[in-house]
Amino acid sequence: MKILLITEQRDAKWNKVSFETLAAAQQIASEAKGSLTGVVIGQGVGALAAELAGYQIEEVLLVENALIEKYTPDGYAIALKQVIEQAKPDLVLFPHTYQVRDFAPKLAASMGKGMIGDCVGHRYENGKLIFVRQMFQGRTAADVVFQENAPSFASFQAGAFRADLAAKKSGGNAAVKPVNVELKPEQIRTKPLELFREAKQAVDLTQAPILVSIGRGIKAPENIPLAEKLAGAIGGELSASRPICDEGWLPMDRQIGSSGQTVSPKLYLALGISGAIQHVVGMKGSRTIVAINKDQNAPIFEIADYGVVGDLFEIVPALTEELEKSKSS
Amino acid sequence: MNILVCVKQVPAKDAPLAIDASGTWIRETDISFETNEPDTFALEEALRLKEKHGGEVVAISMGPERVKQTIKEALAKGADRGIHVTDDKFYALDPLASARSLAAAIKKEKFDLILTGLQSDDHGFGQTGVLLAELLGLPHATIIMSIEAQGDHLRLKRELEAGWFQWVELPLPAVLTIQSGINKPRYATLKGIMAAKKKEIAAVTRQSLGVPEELTQRVERIYVPHKTKKTEFITGTPKEIAAKLVEKLKHEARAL
Repeated sequence: MKILLITEQRDAKWNKVSFETLAAAQQIASEAKGSLTGVVIGQGVGALAAELAGYQIEEVLLVENALIEKYTPDGYAIALKQVIEQAKPDLVLFPHTYQVRDFAPKLAASMGKGMIGDCVGHRYENGKLIFVRQMFQGRTAADVVFQENAPSFASFQAGAFRADLAAKKSGGNAAVKPVNVELKPEQIRTKPLELFREAKQAVDLTQAPILVSIGRGIKAPENIPLAEKLAGAIGGELSASRPICDEGWLPMDRQIGSSGQTVSPKLYLALGISGAIQHVVGMKGSRTIVAINKDQNAPIFEIADYGVVGDLFEIVPALTEELEKSKSS
Repeated sequence: MNILVCVKQVPAKDAPLAIDASGTWIRETDISFETNEPDTFALEEALRLKEKHGGEVVAISMGPERVKQTIKEALAKGADRGIHVTDDKFYALDPLASARSLAAAIKKEKFDLILTGLQSDDHGFGQTGVLLAELLGLPHATIIMSIEAQGDHLRLKRELEAGWFQWVELPLPAVLTIQSGINKPRYATLKGIMAAKKKEIAAVTRQSLGVPEELTQRVERIYVPHKTKKTEFITGTPKEIAAKLVEKLKHEARAL
């Protein structure tokens, strides 16, 4: 099995999820007794290709062109299609980033192929590669297989594999091979303009040792003081899942998850958070996770160290009181 | 501006899910369904664009008879007409076959803009919009947080990761996937619900569209996820739970 790993960079800086997918790709290559080729795409990214060549990998393809210096779905899909047609892989792997969501299904479809996106794991059984992904917002998992001829396309979710397990090459780097791609300016229909952040992040949640985080279960903005009091008693910052910030109940800079901040505090209390994957990727690295939720099947309990199935409106005030009592004693 | 909005019907958020006999889908009896929440933001955006620039909003959905309810809700909120691609087993389709079916169903129409939600709360593939664009030969942009129509092109705010955004420009016609939270979706008014009764829903069977039946991928089985962590459940009265939890966080987890 020949595997092609498409890495991601912006302004010649890695998207670190690339190395998680590298770890996944190395694992699949070793199980399936296959080979692994890495791809670095952009302009002026030779140094990144050289760095990737230091990992356990057969070869690195360096795809450079002025028209793909800035990302566009057209530019990336057209360039990578040529790379794939030359390299003839059986499997093309991506990190499941916002950018990959934006172009990889298009790239696959432009070759008449499908993509299994957002996988959290895989199994290699009797010569068959099975991808595991989530369905119903993490309430069920699904085993998914390809039923088509090569190449197949799949992406792995952030946090599904550990980047630090990506193996370095022992003795000598892999070869970096430049690959020419042909692109014309008129093929690129999107005009990418400036990148920006909204008002400066007022709160750096990544530095907070304790986070008290609220989700839909808080029901109404009037109930937020309950969580604020708990945060005060436990010495933590208040944070939230996306729907709370979308509703405007808390400012956007309090948001944890793929579109917000990624945190790993020593203690994370999830109050009324179901544990949809977009939230979990932002907090699953927390050292201790406490989940309070009325639904015993909520996916948040899969990653919680301590779980309480019950009414947060009863449990949170009791917990605040207990913490205040233990502080004063 | 003529706009197509893709809306999907999914199990209600709090519906108890049980896996069906095939092991690849859920038991549909006894649970309620609702419009996929991310799609409600796409619909709202379409209605606002229509209010600003005129034109028509068409809601399309695929699935069994029950899906009509989701189309009716879109009509009650202000969409002008609906297209229902009927298929009782649409859940077994892969993203490419789903997108091919939708593309085939609108082949004779001409839209300036096609909007979808970010992803569905059931399969969660998040591919329909991007695939529709490729199949229809249109440019696209995903995870959109703001749309400004400027003559023959759009100026869009795309959400990137970790608090970053980007402005992009796209020529029309185009396909956009809308990020949740871009707007506050409206409720249907009584007047809207009454008016919707007179609006047309064109039904077409998916089988009649001539889309190839081969799939690129197949769900072998669905199951309750294996736990990666051993969760210790704490029970008792709220007071007892609080005392036990504080004790454990202090002395067992050493997190306090």
